[in-house]
Amino acid sequence: MADTSHGTGGLVFDKSKRSWPNELNIALALIIIIAIFEILGQVLPYMNGQSFLFDTRDRFDSVFNEARLKIIILQVAIIGIIAIGVTQVILTAGIDLSSGPLVAATAMIAMSFAQTELVNGNPNPKAVFGPWAMDLPVIIPVLAGLAFGAMIGAINGTFVAYFRIPPFIATLGMFLGCRGIALWWTSGNPVSFPTESYSFIGSGMMPVVWFLALAAIFHFILRYTVYGKHTYAIGSNEEAARMSGINVKRHKVMVYMIASMLAAFAGIVLSSKASTAQAGMGEFYELFAIAMAVIGGISLTGGRGSIIGTVLGAMVLGVIRSGFTYVKLDGSYQLMAMGSIIIAAVILDQYRQRNRA
Amino acid sequence: MSEEYVLETQDLTKHYGGVHALEGANFKMRKGEHVAIMGDNGAGKSTFVRQITGVEQRTRGKVWLYGEEVNFAGPLDAREAGIETVFQTLALADDLDVPDNLFLGREITKFDWLGPFRMLDYKAMREATIEGLNRTAVKIPNIRNSIRNMSGGQRQCVAIARTATFHSRLTIMDEPTAALGVQETAQVENIVRTLKEAGEPLILISHNMRQVFDLVDRIVVFRRGRMCADLDIKSGDYTGEDVVSYITGAKTGEEFMEHAL
Repeated sequence: MADTSHGTGGLVFDKSKRSWPNELNIALALIIIIAIFEILGQVLPYMNGQSFLFDTRDRFDSVFNEARLKIIILQVAIIGIIAIGVTQVILTAGIDLSSGPLVAATAMIAMSFAQTELVNGNPNPKAVFGPWAMDLPVIIPVLAGLAFGAMIGAINGTFVAYFRIPPFIATLGMFLGCRGIALWWTSGNPVSFPTESYSFIGSGMMPVVWFLALAAIFHFILRYTVYGKHTYAIGSNEEAARMSGINVKRHKVMVYMIASMLAAFAGIVLSSKASTAQAGMGEFYELFAIAMAVIGGISLTGGRGSIIGTVLGAMVLGVIRSGFTYVKLDGSYQLMAMGSIIIAAVILDQYRQRNRA
Repeated sequence: MSEEYVLETQDLTKHYGGVHALEGANFKMRKGEHVAIMGDNGAGKSTFVRQITGVEQRTRGKVWLYGEEVNFAGPLDAREAGIETVFQTLALADDLDVPDNLFLGREITKFDWLGPFRMLDYKAMREATIEGLNRTAVKIPNIRNSIRNMSGGQRQCVAIARTATFHSRLTIMDEPTAALGVQETAQVENIVRTLKEAGEPLILISHNMRQVFDLVDRIVVFRRGRMCADLDIKSGDYTGEDVVSYITGAKTGEEFMEHAL
């Protein structure tokens, strides 16, 4: 038989591409941004030679400014948990706008099952339910919150998969609906005074622990399980996925449910950290979560990107936030910079896509 | 119906409203046989394939696969029954690599009790992929590259290798080389020859006369929704010109005369 193999298809080129994954580009961008702030700190006259990253005042047992590093990651940890979920939705070529209000609604619901009966010897002034709902084991508010998230996700997914409503519209409806639920739950009153065990969930560096643990778990799931493979396949070529026997509709419902449960968990962590739940919580969280995914190289057309990218995207936003505070620039500049970076990330993604075709 | 036939249809008919896209097709195919379906655009070739593969539901008629009557509710049923189709538009996920695409929807897994989160056995899938590619003599330098980075020929080979990897009982290719260059076409044709040697039956839809004469045992010609000729080209009695006259309607096979228009 004639040997008809040939070297077309740019395979040598591909190999170099394989050894330079997209995540490295984001890591590089992160390092450059950090370097810029470090240099600004040295150059700007009013900074008095402070360092952004390093411990120049010997406050810590380390070369790095640990306090700043902790704050950088703590600031993005809760939205990062949402971003892990929205990453999966975007991988299927969808979008989830409902996560911010879902954070608020879940915080309200979970917190009302996590209240203590007595505050400083007096009855809880913010009590939502009667004494039966006081001092419950921590598992009950957590499960209530996650169940609510699963329900919202199932509704999102059903509208997207079975009723073929565009994800943008379906989750926009849920965006308004969840904010409504958050306001309706207590007629706008905050819910406060959680039990000690509930407070522990979001105390100290716990949000970071949750964020990194969930990121590791979902990185593994997306990379090594059938669920992950089908998520990428659907975003890559939905028709091919259907022809291959994947139950695309059921899978999408599952993806939206997981995303909403992660957002719900973010709501639990946030309310625990703040020791209170308010209907206005989580404003713009959905957009920052999407921004983390996009900066992290998750393609909005689906099928490409990874959780590692999203984690790095979260770090980029965290560093920018902390850096602007560090060089004492106003929050308005911070938003402008973030906006530019998000648009730059999408332009870069489209450029990459064109180059590959 | 007899088990000696891989595929047999009787009075297979498809009407789209008033359009009679396929009318009374009686088709038979023996084990190990490679059959080409030819005909002008709109002659009913693709309609015929769509009825067999369950993509559409026939208006009337019967279909037997290895002597067993089949009624596929959808393309998945057909695939489960062993009919692999390489469609004109490739059903591949661009962002996944070769083993991922070959095993899409039927992954080899470990820890199946984990349900949707059961783990992929990458190693087993890679090995089976290499074996399948070897069997079909498909050469792909790096199977772990994503499909997006491959040439049209390599992509087509991946789609075809899918059929070989799973030991399909009937392979259908719908114009597999229509969009390919010369070298790539040769590569696909080699795969078809390998399937022939392995005794795997094939239905090939093609407009390429040279290719058809090179590859298959028999040509079935469709015209205006009807079968109009069944030519045993291995007998050497027919030339390309004969086939063209059947396609254009200058001639009609004797056994089909009653329906001749």
